Amino acid sequence: MLKMTHLSKVYRTEVVETYALRDFNIDVKEGEFVAVMGPSGSGKTTFLTIAGLLESFTGGEYLLDGADVSHLGDNARSKIRNEKIGFVFQSFNLIPDLNVHDNVEVPLRYRGMKSAERQKRIQDALERVGLASRMKHYPAELSGGQQQRVAIARALAGSPRLLLADEPTGNLDTQMARGVMELLEEIHRGGATIVMVTHDPELATRAQRSVHVIDGQAVDIAEEPRFHAHAEHAEAATTQANA
Amino acid sequence: MFAYYLDLAIRSLKRNPALTVLMVVAIGFGVAASMITYSVFRAVSGNPIPDKSARLFTPQIDSWGPQYNDRGEPPQALDYTDAMALMRAHAARRQTLIYPVQLSVLPGGNRSLPIKANGIAAYGAFFPMFEVPFRYGSGWSEAQDEDRAAVVVLGAAFNRKLFGGANSVGREITLGGHDYRVVGVTRHWNPVPRFYALFGGGDIFGKPADFYIPFTRALDLQISTTGNNSCRQRIPATGWEGWLHSDCVWINPWVELDTPAAVARYRNFLEGYSAEQQHAGRFGWAPNVRLRDVTQWLAYMHVVPPESRIALMVSLGFFLICLVNTIGLLLAKFMRRAGEIGVRRALGASRLQIYLQFLVEAATVGLAGGLLGLLLTAAGVSGVGLLFRPEIARLAHIDLSLVGLTLAVAIGATVVAAFYPTWRAAHVQPAWHLRSN
Repeated sequence: MLKMTHLSKVYRTEVVETYALRDFNIDVKEGEFVAVMGPSGSGKTTFLTIAGLLESFTGGEYLLDGADVSHLGDNARSKIRNEKIGFVFQSFNLIPDLNVHDNVEVPLRYRGMKSAERQKRIQDALERVGLASRMKHYPAELSGGQQQRVAIARALAGSPRLLLADEPTGNLDTQMARGVMELLEEIHRGGATIVMVTHDPELATRAQRSVHVIDGQAVDIAEEPRFHAHAEHAEAATTQANA
Repeated sequence: MFAYYLDLAIRSLKRNPALTVLMVVAIGFGVAASMITYSVFRAVSGNPIPDKSARLFTPQIDSWGPQYNDRGEPPQALDYTDAMALMRAHAARRQTLIYPVQLSVLPGGNRSLPIKANGIAAYGAFFPMFEVPFRYGSGWSEAQDEDRAAVVVLGAAFNRKLFGGANSVGREITLGGHDYRVVGVTRHWNPVPRFYALFGGGDIFGKPADFYIPFTRALDLQISTTGNNSCRQRIPATGWEGWLHSDCVWINPWVELDTPAAVARYRNFLEGYSAEQQHAGRFGWAPNVRLRDVTQWLAYMHVVPPESRIALMVSLGFFLICLVNTIGLLLAKFMRRAGEIGVRRALGASRLQIYLQFLVEAATVGLAGGLLGLLLTAAGVSGVGLLFRPEIARLAHIDLSLVGLTLAVAIGATVVAAFYPTWRAAHVQPAWHLRSN
């Protein structure tokens, strides 16, 4: 599903070059749930934004769903983001002017979907996260956990094949975090590929496997997966991580 | 998607009403100032006879020579000798000579007090040449020109004043102590500026002529011009005949030429005539003639009042300043939403879609500014008398084209002003803003 080979990302100024990622290799199979861990500044969020085609990379190769995305233009990258990738952010990133319904609708609008189809998908996604009754609420009227569930519903509404989560429980208390993790696990069991960046080792244990990023390199493979959404995914879950 | 963008724009504008009002007011005042002065400029600089302006020409002949002419340009009117020579030559399809006159008239018969009426002395070709519309009757014939007939055509307003607007054809009126038979009454006809008698002095943006009488009759009665009369050398003899045969220029000549070939032929004719005058010893210089059509003539005569041009430029400058302010406000407004832009980009919006979303928002501001501008323009047009001479101020008016132009300028200018803020918005780095949120 997601394969990066010898990938690098360099931020250049007039006086200094900073490697955010260096010779970064990772292979996430379809249907996997992978936790990406590492200290602050290690490059894990950079990895996630490159994986989500929100940022370009300097060198190496990136295959997404088998296709090389290195040289795609803005329209093609936007289309892939819209159709194949779902994002869940630490700070939810809901649009404050839009109510729950309209927030979930955003990616569907950019897909040019007809109104009836949009309404069905919004209803389904919100029911799945247990917030169908809060459609008309604005983000400010919801708790943090509810906002994150709306963000998840927004990601789910487009039926993405890859869900990228950046510290999805980072702003939540323990109980809310548990609820969000259970939701992610349920989504994974439904067949989605999930890559989750987290600081929290305990959360990482709930993924099938963990990848550690240190100084811009994927350096470690965690222990055996703990649960398997599908047998074939589990078999395929061999991580390519090179130091 | 347009409806979606419009919905987003309205939500965004409602979110920060103070900023929105500020932008709308800036656009509204800017566009109103421009449109008010434009309404005046349009009135004084428009083509007064668009259908025929390219076929109507005024000939100029240099009867003054290089010593007295205006930096090589022939005088702006003809003297009597040259004017009559052109009429006799009959080298154009139609031709007329024109000069303004003023005569007294008794509106209520012999018992009433006389009033002064402004008229035009012209040949009968004047009416078809300038497409003067008639309510009753018609102009006079070429034969009546030659017969120096005592006939008159009345303007619509003057006919109302004298005859209550009734069909007065065949009635007699007394002008300047002489009787004239009414042969026609025009509909309202007042091409502005009064291009056909620019040398006539007076108010070229003013009211239409009260009456029209034959040029030949006016000469017979020795009715002098109320327009300009410009002379360069001493008048050789005194009296009417002395004036007629002087180098004083006071006659506005016009010819109608339908094709470029006819124009070329007439220009050759003018040069030939001028060369003849040189050979005859009347002109001591080489032929120096001009043949300008209506728009060329208006430009040459600098008809547009300078205050109108200056006011338009000042108001456009003011509008530009308003737009620059709007650019700043839009930039602040859009960049405050960098987080939202990042989210939209992450969820699949292309740069083009971000462009469109924000341009629609800018156009919405422009539309609101345009509507405010319309109200202010309506109020301002009624007060242009504070800025312009009354005869010019009264030309300013609001019509559908000005309404459309006001809205189009407001929306168009705001969208153009929004290009840079929108470009900045569309180039927001989503990764950076999502990471920092």
